[in-house]
Amino acid sequence: MAFKAKMQIEDGTATIRLEGELDGRSAPELNDLVVKAAEQHVDRLVLLLEELTYMSSAGIRCLVFAHQKMPEDAEIILVGTRPDVAETIRLTGFDRSIVMRETLEA
Amino acid sequence: MTAPQAIERIDAYPTRRIAGFPVRAGRPLPFGATPVPGGVNFSVYSNNATGMTLVLYRAGEPEPMAELPFPDAFVIGGVYAMTVYDLDAEGIEYGYRAQGPFDPERGHRFDPTVVVADPYARLMSDARTGPRRSRVALDDFDWEDDRPLRLPHEDLVIYELHARGFTRDPSSGVAAPGTYAGLVEKIPYLRELGVNCVELLPVFEFDENDNPRSHPVTGEPLANYWGYNTVGYFAPKASYASTGRYGMQADEFKNLVKQLHRAGIEVILDVVFNHTAEGNEYGPTISFKGLDNATYYMLTPDGHYYNFSGTGNTLNCNNPVVRGFVLDCLRYWASEFHIDGFRFDLAAILGRGPDGALLANPPLLETLAYDPVLRDCKLIAEAWDAAGLYQVGSFPNYCRWSEWNGRYRDTVRRFVKGDTGVTGDLATRMVGSPDMYAQRGTSATVNFVLCHDGFTLNDLVSYNGKHNEVNGEDNRDGDNNNQSWNCGVEGPTDDPEVLALRARQMRNVFMILLASQGVPMILAGDEVGRTQQGNNNAYCHDGPLTWFDWRLVERNADLLRFVRRAIAFRQAHPVLRRGPASEVSWHGVRAWTADWSEHCRLIAGMFGTGADDCVYVAANSHWEGHLLELPEPPQGTAWHLFADTAAPPPFDAREPGEEPVLPDQSHVEVGPRAVVVLVAHSQAEQRDNGKEE
Repeated sequence: MAFKAKMQIEDGTATIRLEGELDGRSAPELNDLVVKAAEQHVDRLVLLLEELTYMSSAGIRCLVFAHQKMPEDAEIILVGTRPDVAETIRLTGFDRSIVMRETLEA
Repeated sequence: MTAPQAIERIDAYPTRRIAGFPVRAGRPLPFGATPVPGGVNFSVYSNNATGMTLVLYRAGEPEPMAELPFPDAFVIGGVYAMTVYDLDAEGIEYGYRAQGPFDPERGHRFDPTVVVADPYARLMSDARTGPRRSRVALDDFDWEDDRPLRLPHEDLVIYELHARGFTRDPSSGVAAPGTYAGLVEKIPYLRELGVNCVELLPVFEFDENDNPRSHPVTGEPLANYWGYNTVGYFAPKASYASTGRYGMQADEFKNLVKQLHRAGIEVILDVVFNHTAEGNEYGPTISFKGLDNATYYMLTPDGHYYNFSGTGNTLNCNNPVVRGFVLDCLRYWASEFHIDGFRFDLAAILGRGPDGALLANPPLLETLAYDPVLRDCKLIAEAWDAAGLYQVGSFPNYCRWSEWNGRYRDTVRRFVKGDTGVTGDLATRMVGSPDMYAQRGTSATVNFVLCHDGFTLNDLVSYNGKHNEVNGEDNRDGDNNNQSWNCGVEGPTDDPEVLALRARQMRNVFMILLASQGVPMILAGDEVGRTQQGNNNAYCHDGPLTWFDWRLVERNADLLRFVRRAIAFRQAHPVLRRGPASEVSWHGVRAWTADWSEHCRLIAGMFGTGADDCVYVAANSHWEGHLLELPEPPQGTAWHLFADTAAPPPFDAREPGEEPVLPDQSHVEVGPRAVVVLVAHSQAEQRDNGKEE
């Protein structure tokens, strides 16, 4: 599935919905959105990942990039991460700088 | 006013196409595959090749997707460098075909039919899931504020463990057994134990399946479990990473280092630069052999392999190119992985010249000692090799290198089993072996009694001889000189007296080790009495025989508590960690009168002279107890009892600071085959303790 990323910024929250495969080729697109969100001084970055079928190491690095780009006290929330992706994030320790949730409301 | 637009670099653009890929001449340094804007820079060295081809694969696929010969214009000196654009760095694997003569007598073994691995590959694919290939690493891990801990060397308590075997057993209860991530889950155990440094058996990529032997009974293939057979020196072992299938092994390993550092625990890597996995002329061609055999290996004048390592080949470490390779590798691990130190396997080889002769001032050892990037790294030599060179005490050290002290190991073993004629030597070992290391202080000696290579502690007190039958070599392999004693029964027994004696002997070893000046090293699992059923060379078993059995934590809780307290005691008393040896006085049955005679099996040392820190250690390997006259404790203090290995648990050792006052301040009883440790506390503390009681 082709990669798609759409961002909405509202009330200090940037919400990015991702579809398809996030890998070395598509990661720069997400990084660009993260930079834009950081420029808007949002205090929350929400990534909706239900439709993301695959995340490579470059994809996971986007999370690190976001963590470094956003203000120190900003929250990064991953919603609906597929189990194998979530496991990789956890095993490599990246889960310590982000929050993972099943649903946005949880 | 707007900032001036940065001028775009022209070198980010290709100049020509090879095999369908846009490329341009690359940069010769750094060696290896390095992501650069728009592409990947490939650089590989061969002094004797006549041509080189980069072979690219889609990850996991058997056939190459492209082969890119290096044009002459892309070669500088002996370095082939090319930047390839439009590559998905994560999705490719690569290797090289090196053209050149196959002329073994002159040392050349080029074979362009073989795609060789990049010696500088920062990642390697997991050989269990496909052919072994080099991969490109992304190196932007989020270290946050982590940095090497720089603990004073003499304050370390090293814990030698196998990154896989520590959590591979189902009893570990971790989510990802046998991996770096699994080890992260056991950090609380290490903290509670009190060690502040882990020394990991090899974690550079190796092939665990390269053992040609099979189990003599089951017929199952035996493994290369320990991993002293490196394939990729820059690549963390993929199969030790739960995320290795995604190429995330470097990240998972870095997270392990980061979490250990957060817990105050340093990381030392056991590194193997004396030989490689390529064996001799009959071994496989993996990388060095096919790229530049004559440069990388020590060869006889007629092109055969020198074998100072006992494994077929010997890396030509003092060739300037290979020296650069070793330095690049260690700098990479120190800077990119925040490693705190290195232990060098068979390090005596690193002092040999290209013809095998011993060098007076070995350039590699000197280079490492003075390297700016490695300045804060601990450098520990296994100061011997397999060709009989034994340099314990004489390893070229440049006031930087420390050594695995093999003499410490042998002396403590002989004393504990009850040999005569070793008390004098034990005294010397317990004060940091000043006969060998007086110039360098106590950080120069790494004291150990057990390590991965040999018996476990439990087996040291349970077996007189080795029992290596399951290694498939008719019990001929492994050391015959173990200095072990089975306490009366060979192997397992349910005789309570024998078991009690063994338990005491284990405590004796731990107490002597942790009360000795110098850096103690503990073999993982010894603190809970791990057994290898008498196997003293378990390198080939990746199974319950070698894995840490976590059920022992409960089963041998008494021993574990003793070890925790002994480590805590050491950390509470700087006199046990630092010199000088002159601040230690020696005693015997009579105070101030040590018996250095041949028949004596008793020695007592008082560490420290002042009231601020003073510890008395009496070790008795006689089968009878003795009443010892005590030296006066420093003025204003009284003797308190920290440990008595003859006492029943939990009274065999106290929590440091909670030691009860010794009722008779002039004498102490040391039991048969026992160690007693006293500490001088001020009288005020003594009164406080008295009130509580």
